[in-house]
Amino acid sequence: MVLLWGSNARETHPIFFHHLLKGVRHGAKLYVMDPRRTSSAQWGDVWLGLNVGSDISLANAMGREIIAAGLANEKFIKNATSGFDAYKAHVEEYTLERAERDTGVPAQVIRETAHAYARAERAQICWTLGITEHHNAVDNVLSLINLALLTGHVGRYGSGVNPLRGQNNVQGGGDMGAIPDRLPGFQHVENNELRGKFERAWGVAIPPKRGWHLTDMFNAMERGELTTLYVLGENPADSEADRHRCLKLLRGLEFMVVQDMFYTKTAELATVVLPAAAGWCESEGTVTSSERRVQRVRRAVPPPAGTRDDMEIIFELARRMGRDWGKLDSEKLWDEMRALSPMHGGMSYARLEEMGGIQWPCYDESHPGEMFLHSRLWQEPLIGPRAPFSPVEFVPPVDKLDEQYPIRLTTGRRLDSYNTNVQTGLYASPLRQPETLDLSPEDGAHYKLEEGERVRVSSRRGSVVAPVRFDPGLRRGLAFLTTHFHDQVATNDLTIDASDPKSGTSEFKATAIRIEKELTPSQGD
Amino acid sequence: MSKPAESAAAPTALVPIPRGPVPHAPESARLREIEIQVDGKAVSVPEGATILDAARKLGIETPTLCFLETLTPVNVCRVCVVELEGARTLVPACSRKVEPGMSVKTDSERVRLSRKLVLEFLASSVDVSTAPAFPEYMERYDAHPERFGKDNATVAQPVKIDNDLYVRDYSKCILCYKCVEACGIDAQNTFAIAVAGRGFTAHIATEFDVPLPDSACVYCGNCIGVCPTGALMFKSEYDMRQAGTWDESRQTRTDTICPYCGVGCDLTIHAQDDKIVRVTSPLDNSVTHGNLCIKGRFGWQFVEVQPAEKK
Repeated sequence: MVLLWGSNARETHPIFFHHLLKGVRHGAKLYVMDPRRTSSAQWGDVWLGLNVGSDISLANAMGREIIAAGLANEKFIKNATSGFDAYKAHVEEYTLERAERDTGVPAQVIRETAHAYARAERAQICWTLGITEHHNAVDNVLSLINLALLTGHVGRYGSGVNPLRGQNNVQGGGDMGAIPDRLPGFQHVENNELRGKFERAWGVAIPPKRGWHLTDMFNAMERGELTTLYVLGENPADSEADRHRCLKLLRGLEFMVVQDMFYTKTAELATVVLPAAAGWCESEGTVTSSERRVQRVRRAVPPPAGTRDDMEIIFELARRMGRDWGKLDSEKLWDEMRALSPMHGGMSYARLEEMGGIQWPCYDESHPGEMFLHSRLWQEPLIGPRAPFSPVEFVPPVDKLDEQYPIRLTTGRRLDSYNTNVQTGLYASPLRQPETLDLSPEDGAHYKLEEGERVRVSSRRGSVVAPVRFDPGLRRGLAFLTTHFHDQVATNDLTIDASDPKSGTSEFKATAIRIEKELTPSQGD
Repeated sequence: MSKPAESAAAPTALVPIPRGPVPHAPESARLREIEIQVDGKAVSVPEGATILDAARKLGIETPTLCFLETLTPVNVCRVCVVELEGARTLVPACSRKVEPGMSVKTDSERVRLSRKLVLEFLASSVDVSTAPAFPEYMERYDAHPERFGKDNATVAQPVKIDNDLYVRDYSKCILCYKCVEACGIDAQNTFAIAVAGRGFTAHIATEFDVPLPDSACVYCGNCIGVCPTGALMFKSEYDMRQAGTWDESRQTRTDTICPYCGVGCDLTIHAQDDKIVRVTSPLDNSVTHGNLCIKGRFGWQFVEVQPAEKK
């Protein structure tokens, strides 16, 4: 059984969806939680069309029902978890009826889903940005983890909790320490022993406190504490929520370096632009996929004149700062890293080549890699700390609906396009259409709109003009825009930068808007 | 139940979580080995394997056109037929499962004649000039399609160019069904194409034969990935062939990982004179099984745009 929660994997992770469909063809049940009836939801045995941002109420009610029906995995809970009693008490108020009110999903469907999940021999919860692009992203994830702990659907073959990563190396970036509090291999920078290991290897002192994540950085710019920015392969001028604020802060910097393959919107604001090669085909190295598989990327073509490999640029900067690291050799660099990161220890280039990639952790060169995590939770006696239940409360999206802004706007990707369209804008996709504000046909009738008619879309932060398209996968009061085509419709002029306090992710998925007929052609159209 | 001392505390991010046992997939039931005779040699393969598997295990080369490891056999091309002792007709090696005691001839007079005729019928009615397997097969079986004369019926028809990503030249289609399978239940599950018509007018069609952009097609190109004749071809390759610049001897193939989502699809980049000319994926890759999506297969063009134009 698969719960596909806040994910349109059919379009955003098409080859993963092939595997999922193979399971469905072999009898796996697919339940899809999504406010939109997407092309993924259409493959579901059951579609739970919940209200945007009501995930926690749904998960808590499922938890309550599983406990009430006696379907919780008591043996697993007792052996491997902590905090069950507090969780049980906490979800008590999330009755099926209450969840129906919060989510719009019929109580009977919530009950049936809870029972099916708890009774399944193997069950996975797979999610993407529908869970994480919210002001309470971490709480959303915790509410799903609670369900896995409650039923023991974790740490076993075929069961688990599975965030489907949206970029080819977003997992690898985190693994390598490109997050505020970790060194390579998720080793915490505030652990003196672990940090000391790196300091000895590198012969430098490493700041002993965690740094800032992206949202912290923008806040620090606002306070005037952050005045210099080095941006690698990111286009925040288009991708950040509440773009007006973002642009103002970027323009206010004293110095900004942008290292990118493209002269992006962000690069236009930079003091210095360093033209970079295409990492995936003009460079040697590794990336790590969503299933923790470290795989080799190889140079297939030389980078164009005037551009350099990202790592070469960093080597050159180091040299000019007085540190000569010698000639770039990606394998040597990798070997240095795996000598310091136990979970990558056994991943030599030769083994990565031979095995077609290895899933971390892989501690030594006789270790096969691990196809799933948390097997320790099934050991009796338990190995290591207990996995905690985390009671979390349903808190609706920050951007409230009211009479002025009565429509819920949510965002996402389309099959043939990717993020701010910097890369995908350059191939001729026959599927590509001009950006539209997608509405339910019922709202179209209510507002007396024709398909293709241009409307003004306004939120509490900005307004844009977009043609309307009707999507029967939407219901009344729900609208959809992508973030691919900012030159046509600057979606992030509308979105809110209310962000999760722990992850820093903005609530791209829930904006309150209103729409009005655009009577006079607006400028620039 | 025992309660380990250190497990009272909740995990903290500061301390690494200790290792558990290395996970394994559940053991699948061991399949019974079945012994058969192929060309007089004994060979054993697991129950459920095909005659083709057994022949391959012995290093016997069997021609195939409609067969592919990643697709369900449809048994339409008949080029893999073998002589099975006790069977009235020749049987397709690609799908006939082994049974204990089978005795098979893969190179008898009857088999050779049948394979020769299959190749001749196909090559006389279809343009096989871009089908990589044909020259070798034709030579091996001494196939001479020209002996049917010049006026024989063919499936010649204009090339369909209705989008910028790939072209369909059904003059080259041998109706092997692979594209239909890849578009359907074996991989993509989009069902944009099927075989329409009967007999000689049978052909691969979209719904109501509409042009591709009006069909259900999502341009994953997985049909191109399985096409054995070049009837389905990347536009980039087609244009170069038309211009006379396509030259596989000048091409390199490099495996790397797709730059888009986090699934980690293996891409084989075909480059000619240091320019990407097409992208495929290896059939034996555990992530893709040779399949890609529109972004992975076609979304590489940004690499070929010069920096000055990149904006």
